[in-house]
Amino acid sequence: MLAKRIIPCLDMKEGRVVKGVKFVNLRDAGDPVELAAAYDEAGADELTFLDITASHEKRDIMLDVARRTSEKVFMPFTIGGGIKSVEDIRMVLENGADKVSINTEAIKNPNLIHEASRKFGNQCIVVAIDAKAASSSQSPVTSRKDSELPTPACPPLAGLPTNKWEVFTHGGRNPTGLDAVEWAKKVESLGAGEILLTSMDRDGTKDGYDVELTKAITGAVNIPVIASGGAGKLEHFLEVIVEANADAVLAASLFHFGELSIKQVKEYLRDNGIPVRL
Amino acid sequence: MIAVIDYGIGNLRSVQKGFEKVGFEAVVTAEKSMLDKAAGIVLPGVGAFRDAVNSLSKSGLGEEVIRQIAKGKPFLGICLGLHLLFTQSEEHGITQGLDVISGRVIGLPYGVKIPHMGWNQIKKFQDTPILVDIKEGASLYFVHSYHAVPEDKNVIGTTTEYGIEFVSSICKKNIFASQFHPEKSSKLGLKILRRFGEMTE
Repeated sequence: MLAKRIIPCLDMKEGRVVKGVKFVNLRDAGDPVELAAAYDEAGADELTFLDITASHEKRDIMLDVARRTSEKVFMPFTIGGGIKSVEDIRMVLENGADKVSINTEAIKNPNLIHEASRKFGNQCIVVAIDAKAASSSQSPVTSRKDSELPTPACPPLAGLPTNKWEVFTHGGRNPTGLDAVEWAKKVESLGAGEILLTSMDRDGTKDGYDVELTKAITGAVNIPVIASGGAGKLEHFLEVIVEANADAVLAASLFHFGELSIKQVKEYLRDNGIPVRL
Repeated sequence: MIAVIDYGIGNLRSVQKGFEKVGFEAVVTAEKSMLDKAAGIVLPGVGAFRDAVNSLSKSGLGEEVIRQIAKGKPFLGICLGLHLLFTQSEEHGITQGLDVISGRVIGLPYGVKIPHMGWNQIKKFQDTPILVDIKEGASLYFVHSYHAVPEDKNVIGTTTEYGIEFVSSICKKNIFASQFHPEKSSKLGLKILRRFGEMTE
């Protein structure tokens, strides 16, 4: 049976892991390579590095991380953040990454997905989709209590019925007007091999993954979907896998701060009948 | 020295570094003479079958691989490197392969998510020396949309379930080729690379 994947995500800036990782027995908790090795040891199935550096040395730093990680860690890893061109993708892959994750640039230039997947194969092109429930005064999103919804940072989408989600960029700040389900179908047709789906409503809340959103996306595409945003306890992982059919689950701080270990999550899933690699 | 064939496709670095990690020298090369000098040959790769065949035939590396295999040199094919050994592939139209193993490469069945991506279990079809450290049911890393169907069942090393039961590795004399990626399968994968390394000694 194909195992459901558990993926820790490391946010990096200037080649260092940010958001503090409190792993025991690490000489340097900011070194992405050392952390990657620790997560490999801990039983992670894959790793995602998200680079948030905003300098022009960005690409070199990213390539250096890919190169050093691939020398030490023999598990699949993805690099995302600021990928803008086929050339960027080529260099990241050549330096040892297995996949690249594209977000903003895929929206600005959807053809990049097409070109890159034709060139390198769709298996290495992950499109990251950051989605937020579209709020409309006439037809509120019914999947959860209104009181739980954050105040929308943008005007409601016109003409969108209930259970709709809008794609955002820049950490949920910039609305794109794109419907998340339609966008997911589009990126699949363009050649994306996987979708990294983050609920901006749930990200950082520890209230659980957005099951409705994830279900809507997994029901619309035939490529693997990684659920992200909101993991806070064991039940959340099970819920999004069973109810929303997520292929993989991503979490960051929960693992970094040792609130839950990869092993705990996997054992819990296994005990509930979910195939995992243990 | 182990030669990792560079034909302009895929992630070669992980394979090379994997061998180094388990104590074997590996060189990424596009030189035919290096394949001749090497004690073992690795054909890695993720990507399109047709592009790979074109690149191997243009450079003459394909013929050299066939020659070295015939000489009995240990050979390890990974993913696309497994597919390329076959007679032909249906990936984006029929394309002829190296025809070292009789059979075809076809798409994964409808009804499963494509690509097949992640850790899946192997079932041993026969005892394969290179997989001696890998237990029945062990999980290894896969990423592919097509799979190989050999004519001769005796070459099947392992099978794996994904919609159907497909051939996840083959072995025949000095040839071992897998659909899974040893270089991405963490500790278990490194054990496979180590066994291959030992076979070249």
